[in-house]
Amino acid sequence: MELRTGVPERRLIGQRVLIAAFCGVCLLMLLLTRLIWLQLIEHERFVTASEANRLQTIPIGPARGLILDRNGLVLAENTPRLRVSVVPEESDDLEAFIDAVRERITLTDAEFSGFQKNLKSRRRPRDPVILKEIIGDEEAAILAVDAYQFPELRLEARPTRSYPFGRLTSHSLGYVGRLSSGELQNIGQRRYSGTEMIGKIGVEKAYENALLGQVGIERVETSARGQIMRSIERQEPVPGDNIKLHLDIGLQAKLYDILGDRRGAVVALDPRNGGIMALVSAPSFDANIFTHGLSNADYRRLEKDSSNPLFNRALRGQYPPGSTLKPMLGMVGLHYGSVNWKTEIRDRGYFQIEGIEHKYRDWKKWGHGRVNLEKAIIESCDTYFYEAAVRLGIDQMAEGMGLFGFGRRMGQDIVGELPGILPSREWKRSARKEAWYLGETVIAGIGQGSWVTTPLQLATATMVMARRGSFIAPHYSTRLDDDSGRRVNLASTLDWERMIDAMENVFHGERGTARGSAKNLKYRIAGKTGTVQVVGIAQEEEYEESELKKRFRDHALFIGFAPADSPSLVIALILENGGSGGSTAAPIARKIFDYWLLDRNEGERPPDIPYVLGVNDELARRPNAGGI
Amino acid sequence: MLAASDLGQFDSFRPKRFAQRFGLDPFLAVLLLVTGGFGLVILYSASGHSNQMVLRQGIHFILGLTAMGLVSTCRRDTIIKLTPFLYVFATLMLLLVLLIGVGAKGAQRWLDLPGIPQFQPSELMKIALPAMISWWLTRNPIPPTVIHLLIAAVLIALPVGLIARQPDLGTSIIIAGSGFFVIFLAGISWRLLGLLLATGLASLPVLWSVMHDYQRTRVMTLFDPQSDPLGAGWNTIQAMTALGSGGLFGKGYSLGTQAQLKFLPESHTDFIVAVLGEEMGFFGICMLLLLFSLILGRCIVLTLRAESHFGRLLSGSITLTFFAYVFVNLGMVSGVLPVVGVPLPLISYGGTSVVSLLVGFGLIMAMQRTNRVLSGEP
Repeated sequence: MELRTGVPERRLIGQRVLIAAFCGVCLLMLLLTRLIWLQLIEHERFVTASEANRLQTIPIGPARGLILDRNGLVLAENTPRLRVSVVPEESDDLEAFIDAVRERITLTDAEFSGFQKNLKSRRRPRDPVILKEIIGDEEAAILAVDAYQFPELRLEARPTRSYPFGRLTSHSLGYVGRLSSGELQNIGQRRYSGTEMIGKIGVEKAYENALLGQVGIERVETSARGQIMRSIERQEPVPGDNIKLHLDIGLQAKLYDILGDRRGAVVALDPRNGGIMALVSAPSFDANIFTHGLSNADYRRLEKDSSNPLFNRALRGQYPPGSTLKPMLGMVGLHYGSVNWKTEIRDRGYFQIEGIEHKYRDWKKWGHGRVNLEKAIIESCDTYFYEAAVRLGIDQMAEGMGLFGFGRRMGQDIVGELPGILPSREWKRSARKEAWYLGETVIAGIGQGSWVTTPLQLATATMVMARRGSFIAPHYSTRLDDDSGRRVNLASTLDWERMIDAMENVFHGERGTARGSAKNLKYRIAGKTGTVQVVGIAQEEEYEESELKKRFRDHALFIGFAPADSPSLVIALILENGGSGGSTAAPIARKIFDYWLLDRNEGERPPDIPYVLGVNDELARRPNAGGI
Repeated sequence: MLAASDLGQFDSFRPKRFAQRFGLDPFLAVLLLVTGGFGLVILYSASGHSNQMVLRQGIHFILGLTAMGLVSTCRRDTIIKLTPFLYVFATLMLLLVLLIGVGAKGAQRWLDLPGIPQFQPSELMKIALPAMISWWLTRNPIPPTVIHLLIAAVLIALPVGLIARQPDLGTSIIIAGSGFFVIFLAGISWRLLGLLLATGLASLPVLWSVMHDYQRTRVMTLFDPQSDPLGAGWNTIQAMTALGSGGLFGKGYSLGTQAQLKFLPESHTDFIVAVLGEEMGFFGICMLLLLFSLILGRCIVLTLRAESHFGRLLSGSITLTFFAYVFVNLGMVSGVLPVVGVPLPLISYGGTSVVSLLVGFGLIMAMQRTNRVLSGEP
């Protein structure tokens, strides 16, 4: 039947087929043109793009150097911790994934919001976003079992800085923290390409350069999923140097143990080389929380704590030195001839500047009677030093006291210290824009008024006494040891010895201010107590009613060294609102010396580790433990 | 020479006679075999040296060739008679897919009936629809009247709508195209054609509004792949990088970094030609294009030679659909068309599509029918 209608239709269809074929040829030509453009003309560009896809240079972070105490105990180490992160590009349903993770491990709100924030911030494509910085072994096992279900999940073990004695050493070692983008601008970006943490404060910051090490590099071929297929070239990283400190973890623990709940600071130095054997600021905090990813809320809680655990009292606490200054001031007076060992005054309980009514009172209402320099040290006679200060004059006093290290930073490997104030005419003119009054000279004689010193400065000045007039800068690391010292040209050798004798009698004399702590002493301590009035409370600080009374109590101070003849330990100690130096500070000092000289036999005997760890744990249990 | 007499035996082999006897067109069959073999070689590399995949694909290919052979021997009038039933059957199957179908990634395309292997009814429709339209138009005078065209349009729209609902945009467009090709070949007037095109263009905004978001992004990324380099633009960028970095002769077989390191997505299915382009370069792609051109050329010859109007329309439509597959896939991979998920015929991995494709070629051969004429068919 088709034959009937066949021919014209057949031609029509054939025509159409040919038209279609022609169109097809045109389209094929179009494709061919496109392919020529892609494969021949733009070839080089795509080769570059494909190589960039394929090859990646991965920096390998070096192991950070360890920090060791004087006994070789590790104070800062790198322990592998598991981190959970996510590659969002590989997730089909990110929310479902997060929910699934939450079913398996705990995720705090802070961690979750941090994750959300990082997710939105700029990052390289396919870079993992951290979900939880550190998870425990148990949680890791739970996640690892189901890991195959989640291509976006990354579980990686990373060395994390940890401090085995976190609360004991935090104020000395400081801590490392996440490298901020601001810091990255200032330092060698390449050096830090494999490193996420940087020393933020303390020894960790001071020795950042040495601890860091050299970054290694691996060139690898990666798949689109970021999997490493094979290594093409590898250059091993160089681990950072280990830093050995003078710090003795046993002494450090003992100090925290003795201080108990009190607020205060102790600095212990080795007078033979200037090494910092202990540096305590109580209360303390756990440095580990900083390396484990501290949330803003937690940080704010630490910061707001009224006992201020983050505040380093030993380096930044600026206290009036009070009577602890008297031995050094005596040496300056002797040097300038304003006093000598025979100079005597009659103390009626006060001092008056000629022609002025105002009475500068001694701490002893009816006075010490006839007082020479030695007695003035032993009994801590204020009137004598009012007189001596006026004779000396503020300029000579400032010059002489400056030789002990007051009024300036010690520097070295100590990070974050404050300089204190060494009062002088010049200081007052530049800092306060005011003239100097003679009355200020008077009270400067007993370490009050404008005087403020840090415990570190007090310890350093005491070390000058212990070294019989030789200055050596305090420092943490044994790298900086230099036993030469710098001669302090004040008075004569005999004068130094006599002053130390007087300081010995503070303990061992019948009328010494610390005689109460001298019972059964098997060695001789040379020291000086101090009690300073807390002048006022800064406006912005707020205290509870009951706290208020406590905060107005005097600070108790003590400086000293032992054994007096050949000192091996120098300490400076301050107890905030601790009461009187003689009754509170001196007994504590006695315990410290007993521990070092007798229990530890000047370091011959190693520290008792279980005890040290016990103290560290005990600190965590305190209400103001400064941790989470 | 001794061999001369042997050669004489080969001389006596006449393709036309062979085709007349068995229905199979040897020229086309050999071309398909060579192309399929080439495809398996590419697949072995693209699948990351998966013997299993190559084996599965090879089995499907042999199944498809067998089906092609069988179909090529079918009587033309039987095929014409069966066509409406096949169309209705395929449409019902598509309905069934929407009701009880299975699938992945939010699309429901497969039918899992007990006793038979899983299959996609849309593959059946690739054959059934052009056959149905050819049947309908050849029942009536050619060129078709407007009324007949409208009915043809309904016949096209019904399965296309069902497939689009799965959703499977790529396949529905191709199938709609195969129906349209029949109408075009049946001699629809140019005026009407222009009108149709205009309507099509006018309906684009409507199409845009019913599209899924991901489909819209794909179209948008065509114009600017860099707008979303890690999302919708990723496929296009990586495919272009693979092709471009291949250069003239490629990086060597199995040495393409884009494909082997899995930067290239869907490297063994829709984007397989990028693997070829990366590893064998422009040269390799030209080889493939040559094979495709020969197949198409032979199909056009067979179409022109087809015995009946039905045969010509159906053969022409199948040929043009095959071309459309090739063009859309290559256009998508080289970044001139949006990513619509159309496989490259004979090369991409995927069982059902190979079988339906080869059955289509079998139909083209069956439309030759010269043997039946000789054996006295009416």
